[in-house]
Amino acid sequence: MEALLSNVDWSEIGWASWDTLVMVGMSLLFSVLIGLPIGVLLFLTGKRQLLEQPVAYAVLSFVVNVLRSVPFIILLIVMIPFTVMLIGTSLGVAGAIPPLVAGGAPFFARLVETSLREVDRGIIEATQAMGANVRQIIFGALLPEALPGIIAGITVTAITLVSYAAMSGVIGGGGLGDLAIRFGYQRFQTDVMVITVALLVIFVQVLQMVGDRLVLYFSRK
Amino acid sequence: MIVFDQVQKSYQVGGRAIPALHPTDMTIETGEVFGIVGHSGAGKSTLVRLINLLEPPTGGRILIDDEDITGYNPSELRAFRRKVGMIFQHFNLLSSKTVADNIAFPMKLAGIYSKSEIRERVEELLARVSLTDHANKYPSQLSGGQKQRVGIARALACRPTILLCDEATSALDPQTTQSVLKLLADINRELGLTIVLITHEMDVVRRVCDRVAVMDAGRVVEMGPVSEVFLHPQHPTTRDFVFESESIDHEELQEDLQKANGRILRLTFKGESTYQPLLGSVARKSGVDFSILSGRIDHIKDTPYGQLTLSLVGGDLDVAMQEFEAADVHVEVLR
Repeated sequence: MEALLSNVDWSEIGWASWDTLVMVGMSLLFSVLIGLPIGVLLFLTGKRQLLEQPVAYAVLSFVVNVLRSVPFIILLIVMIPFTVMLIGTSLGVAGAIPPLVAGGAPFFARLVETSLREVDRGIIEATQAMGANVRQIIFGALLPEALPGIIAGITVTAITLVSYAAMSGVIGGGGLGDLAIRFGYQRFQTDVMVITVALLVIFVQVLQMVGDRLVLYFSRK
Repeated sequence: MIVFDQVQKSYQVGGRAIPALHPTDMTIETGEVFGIVGHSGAGKSTLVRLINLLEPPTGGRILIDDEDITGYNPSELRAFRRKVGMIFQHFNLLSSKTVADNIAFPMKLAGIYSKSEIRERVEELLARVSLTDHANKYPSQLSGGQKQRVGIARALACRPTILLCDEATSALDPQTTQSVLKLLADINRELGLTIVLITHEMDVVRRVCDRVAVMDAGRVVEMGPVSEVFLHPQHPTTRDFVFESESIDHEELQEDLQKANGRILRLTFKGESTYQPLLGSVARKSGVDFSILSGRIDHIKDTPYGQLTLSLVGGDLDVAMQEFEAADVHVEVLR
């Protein structure tokens, strides 16, 4: 066993795992904070919706599509000058978070838009008929009704961010991906590679399980 | 009182205006149950949504208690909508809220009620619709009839003066329909609420409505007291609805009539005359023999009525007719 995993430095693995957790956690937080309002706006300004605004929708939708169409590995590199401007470095855990958010937020925004569209129009109509204003319709009816869908969206986004975070190792982002690239790939330490991949798999499994449980808990249908 | 003054509505489809409601004049009295009956696509859904401006009209004025609601600004409109309850075919309850929270929802939105006021009102409403034991359930745990009762309680939460019912019983089975209609009738009687009800079932109109408007292709083609419209339908669309609700096959009936001898009369009894033993005495006095070709006794809201189609042979027909009319029976000569 010892010989089999001779290259594995467990404290290094521990730190890298922690870094991955921090990168995914922070970028998920910001992706949700930024993506949720964008998703709501996309929904509201869409065709035949409460605040139908074809121009606003087209602009918003275009920006989201652009960010989503750039392969993440390219986005990581393109974002470097902006990241440096924003937080002073493009390296390490902190340096990885802005590009992760740039990849995660638009992704999540689309998922929010989709889950809002799934809300029965009749419920919106009924809420309007009660004399609700747009803010009340959003917070009183739309978001609570779409909550299970939004939680499922957060789960999918979190899992996407795990794989994005691993990719950020390429530009010196830190975390398990960084470990896999520096030791597993560049130094041919297959055992390190296997361990990091195994940890990532476990991480994703746990996220999916927790997400599914939460969706179930909030589903009243 | 709800007054439609040349109200019309059209939709823009590909640069063309498609009329959903042709210019319409209509008055709905305070405290009455007003039915609007029509096939799907006849414009009844549009018409009922004009009353709370979920659909803004493209022309005309809508006066509610002498106030033109089409001139309201957004905040006036929201305040007005709180005084107009609405229930729906598919209930449109919030699946994420409990029964009690669904009922409390419009009061919370209004923002003018204290927590204790809301709690008391919700309890009162739960009792009124007999759902006290289900207060903490979610809509998915209820049957269709129970969901609609939650819908009714929710619509009544802010003490509206008008209740709009959009095909409120169309998704329910006959028995549940009966109990929901009874609840609506009770509410109308006890609270003096004006109810505007749209449906494609004449039977619903017959059971609860005072007056009815029949719609066809975006126009009101017939309007009047239910007993008038139901017993003496004038427009072909109305006739279709009445025959449909009585499960009469019109062609079959005509065939049956062909086979009968003598004169054919249709007698319509209403109110007390329904229960009078009239036919026997008329036969004795006039010497006419009759056979009953079809017949039906039922109620229009609370008024009993009967309709008989008779063939009459021999005797003195004029005497028979006089006797019928003297007994307050409406006579229509079919042949």
